[in-house]
Amino acid sequence: MHTNSLYQEVILDHNRKPRNYGKLDHANHQAVGHNPLCGDRLDITLQLENDQINDIAFQGESCAICKASASMMTAAVKGKSRLDAETLIHEFRELATGKLDTTHPHHLGRLTVFSGIRDLPTRVKCAILPWHTLHAALNSITSASTEENHDSAHAVVSSKS
Amino acid sequence: MSPATVSLKPEISVDFDAEKIRADFPILKLKIDGKPLVYLDNAASSQMPQQVIDRLVRYQTTQHANINRAVHYLSEVATMEYHTARCKLQQFINAREDREVIFTSGTTDSINLVMHGYGRKFIKAGDEIILTTLEHHSNIVPWQMLANEKGAKIRVVPINDKGELEVDEYEKLFNERTKFVGLIHVSNALGTINPVQRMIDFAHQHGVPVLIDGAQAAPHITIDVQALDCDFYAFSAHKLCGPTGVGILYGKAALLESMQPFKGGGDMIASVTFEETLYNTIPHKFEAGTPPIAAAIGFGAAVDYLSAIGIERIAAYELSLLNYATERLNDIPGVKIIGTAAEKTAVISFTIDGIHPHDIGTILNQDGIAVRTGHHCAQPVMQRFNVPATSRASFAFYNKKTEVDALVAGIKNVQKVFL
Ligand SMILES: Cc1ncc(COP(=O)(O)O)c(C=O)c1O
Repeated sequence: MHTNSLYQEVILDHNRKPRNYGKLDHANHQAVGHNPLCGDRLDITLQLENDQINDIAFQGESCAICKASASMMTAAVKGKSRLDAETLIHEFRELATGKLDTTHPHHLGRLTVFSGIRDLPTRVKCAILPWHTLHAALNSITSASTEENHDSAHAVVSSKS
Repeated sequence: MSPATVSLKPEISVDFDAEKIRADFPILKLKIDGKPLVYLDNAASSQMPQQVIDRLVRYQTTQHANINRAVHYLSEVATMEYHTARCKLQQFINAREDREVIFTSGTTDSINLVMHGYGRKFIKAGDEIILTTLEHHSNIVPWQMLANEKGAKIRVVPINDKGELEVDEYEKLFNERTKFVGLIHVSNALGTINPVQRMIDFAHQHGVPVLIDGAQAAPHITIDVQALDCDFYAFSAHKLCGPTGVGILYGKAALLESMQPFKGGGDMIASVTFEETLYNTIPHKFEAGTPPIAAAIGFGAAVDYLSAIGIERIAAYELSLLNYATERLNDIPGVKIIGTAAEKTAVISFTIDGIHPHDIGTILNQDGIAVRTGHHCAQPVMQRFNVPATSRASFAFYNKKTEVDALVAGIKNVQKVFL
């Protein structure tokens, strides 16, 4: 794959003008994601009612891949049920790690612009971090990290529900 | 040498034939995605010339056996070659005796050896260890572990805005509790060359031993441990065109003898009963188990190769690359060089306004350009400059000006992508 196909206009656009950027005042679920390899961090706040994501926002310090992924993710899951969001999380992880068979029906839509990331193993974590963090927020897990089993002591996470 | 063989030709020739040198490095012929490889990550690990590769092949095909153990032919050859490698390293750093050179698995291992062998024996509660802001994590974490274990304290030498150590502040840190100094010779994150001679002399006035982390210095600066009078000096082969998995710890013989072993096992003993073990003499006391024999021999060949070119010539050529690259990068709007010390090796850490280092690294890679992005295992340095990470181009003597040009074009391309 040529890397140019990763830094496509969609991704660059979401990086320049991230959607749903900021912090919700009325959030009832939140989590902080951390990529200890590069120090990137991401806050996700969301409002869940009757198992539906009424509102969601993110903010943080990160690379373009991570920020665009977070921006497109929030746009994709806003208004969706928790179950639909979990399906997207699963499918996105499969896509980023090259395990998703895109010839079969899936729900990712434009998020498939991230398919090229599977050829850049060092960057897969950047794309996945927002989705890990969303999963943590939805499930009120106290931390999300791109490193499994990582000591979360420095990724101070508050998750309330 | 008889006087008749002395050549009057100047030893340092002015022109440095980078093309001829490049031909020694097979990996430099690689194409990445159809583009010629521009390898600018030499501070992380440098590449290996054919001469060293050939030495490894010769060892592996005609000389390999375990050392120090058997009376058969191959074991004797391997033992001798391993010892020869130690002597080459001894000469390379001008150590007084070969037994002052211990083969380790690398700089990290060398520092941990000193922490366990010296630190755990001699550092007590309330003692102070001086480190600097520029240290690589490998010269921070072991001392933190020791400080936690013993109730000792770590004092840190600050740096100025150029990334230079504030030596006056260093001198003020000394008191009667100061028991050890750990000092990076050249910063891997910024390239700053530290005034180690002055700092060692000052520590010695207070009777405090000094460990120098020379991982980034040994490839670029002639090391004379006797002139420096440092107590310990550590570096890795893989940053000197040698193999991974091997490095050395130099230590003054008397100090090494006073220390406790780091690892227990075969070869480090004189005799073993279940009641008591008598340790072997140095360096063997610190080389438990089968060492990386092939890698050590390759290390010897690597310092031979570098010495044949001449570290001074290497440094002079690299400095010309550094000056050229600094000038070119300073000309690009939005690019900021982090680390502008007066004395530097050919390392340029930089940021580009509004663009994350990881994106820079990935896009440069599409032009075949290899740089390092991240915190460079030196998070305190990043914190000092208030950046989470930088991109780092680090040059070796086999790089050339046209590769600096490629980097400049690559950076402009990154900026275009994010326009
Ligand atoms: C200054 C410095 N110290 C220590 C190390 C650690 O070396 P190694 O990983 O070979 O043990 C490095 C390598 O990155 C370094 O640059």
